[in-house]
Amino acid sequence: MKAAQGTVFKYGDNVDTDVIIPARYLNSSDPKELATHCMEDIDKDFVNKVNEGDIIVANKNFGCGSSREHAPIAIKAAGVSCVIAETFARIFYRNAINIGLPIIECPEAAVAIKAGDEVKVDFDSGVITNVTTGESFQGQAFPPFMQNLIACGGLVNYINNK
Amino acid sequence: MGMTMTQKILAAHAGLESVVAGQLIEADLDLVLGNDITSPVAIHEIEKMKVDGVFHKDKIALVMDHFTPNKDIKSAQHCKCVREFACKNDITNYFDVGEMGIEHALLPEKGLTVAGDVIIGADSHTCTYGALGAFSTGVGSTDMAAGMATGKAWFKVPSAIKFVLTGKPSKWVSGKDVILHIIGMIGVDGALYKSMEFVGDGIQYLSMDDRLTIANMAIEAGGKNGIFPIDDVTRAYMKEHSTREWVEYEADEDAEYDEEYVIDLSTLKSTVAFPHLPENTHTIDEINAMDEIKIDQVVIGSCTNGRMDDLRAAAEIMKGKKCAKGIRVIIIPGTQKIYLDAIEEGLVRTFIEAGAVVSTPTCGPCLGGHMGVLAEGERCVSTTNRNFVGRMGHVESEVYLASPAVAAASAITGKISGPEEVM
Repeated sequence: MKAAQGTVFKYGDNVDTDVIIPARYLNSSDPKELATHCMEDIDKDFVNKVNEGDIIVANKNFGCGSSREHAPIAIKAAGVSCVIAETFARIFYRNAINIGLPIIECPEAAVAIKAGDEVKVDFDSGVITNVTTGESFQGQAFPPFMQNLIACGGLVNYINNK
Repeated sequence: MGMTMTQKILAAHAGLESVVAGQLIEADLDLVLGNDITSPVAIHEIEKMKVDGVFHKDKIALVMDHFTPNKDIKSAQHCKCVREFACKNDITNYFDVGEMGIEHALLPEKGLTVAGDVIIGADSHTCTYGALGAFSTGVGSTDMAAGMATGKAWFKVPSAIKFVLTGKPSKWVSGKDVILHIIGMIGVDGALYKSMEFVGDGIQYLSMDDRLTIANMAIEAGGKNGIFPIDDVTRAYMKEHSTREWVEYEADEDAEYDEEYVIDLSTLKSTVAFPHLPENTHTIDEINAMDEIKIDQVVIGSCTNGRMDDLRAAAEIMKGKKCAKGIRVIIIPGTQKIYLDAIEEGLVRTFIEAGAVVSTPTCGPCLGGHMGVLAEGERCVSTTNRNFVGRMGHVESEVYLASPAVAAASAITGKISGPEEVM
């Protein structure tokens, strides 16, 4: 998997799917349209500031709440290359892997990294490097089954390859 | 080592003698569910798969419940997409306006979910069916698509937390108060990735509607599923609603649990979750000691609390009384059958005479879709399941989660109130 590198947007605990993509926009399933409202109810400026490759860092239970796949779809379509968190809510975790949005659990990195830092994530080793401060952290690498899923490009291709 | 009830169901559906927590398995599915928001994304994905149709036309349920009757053109397009897919694939359990109800009220009522099943649904509250002794869990649209295509899903076998419920709850304490109490105790990620297994002699005092409410909100504690043992209440419910055979699993005596909590239901009080997390709970005694919290709207309904027990509790409190001036009270029966039963029992008359509106089944206001969206600065007491920022409308609005009894009492007083205050 290609390494991710970008500027960090930082959020706290329990970032729920209603703030990632409010339900008032769920009458669309178009990734480009969903991306224009990404993070709208927690950070109005996000869509204006985010650049291709940027990284979201958050604390506990990122993506809690609804099962809407529109949440990781909106984040991916907004250009985000990786989400780092202390923990992820389980449905969000599955959805992100299934659609090919790289995510990585690393409590130490999630606490230490600050908004605006430049961060690099090597998915093969699970190493997260804070380019701004020089610190590095060992994130949790995916189990082989999920690496295979991701290597196939998500669940659809995984099934097609079977 | 023994297995939990959840682990036993998963092992049987994976064709394995036993499983352990953390093991990755592929399980056969008894039912795959989607709604009008999640199904269009799943249909788009299944069209990319090299498959010929769906795995079983009777084992897929498509319920048009979130933005229906359609609130705008885009929502109508979504429903049209699902309708055409259901028609093309001859899906038996496609429920459109006129037949539909809120999915997690509808499917048990239609007998599509029974004990021992493995069920996935592209809706986080799919965990509801654990009330009947099934393993059921929420997934996303791509998992739903794969489930529809193959009849299988991958799972990481969860560990479990045991909740021993003892004692008999007092009259106005319902399943909603039990689950809000638990979420307040363990937090919104207290059961992250885990099963919540409910046991104990207090369960005999919980109706099937109470249990459906409790299992429904397992996701609000981060749980993978919530599950109840099977007893005569469960069997009677399944006999009444389903023609399907069921399988009764029970946890091994030496099953391992990560944690165990004992909860004496007789000590619980009416409980309300304050904005903006379901874990921000306060008992009615604590609330009565605070400055009064004035409200603008009350919603009684949803997959959490739109069933007959819920409407009966609300009607008992509202009968012969008027809603406070200026309070908008919206009551949403969960299914067409519940709606009709509520009319025949006279509950709808009670609600309308009190000044409430009674809507056709819809998820509508719960997720800020339609039928009761809040303006800036407005407050709602709601029997729904989430009170996140902006959940029911404006980002500056507030949702207080409560039981139908508290919601009905609050409708009468215009502030957050316990049922004892008006009865």
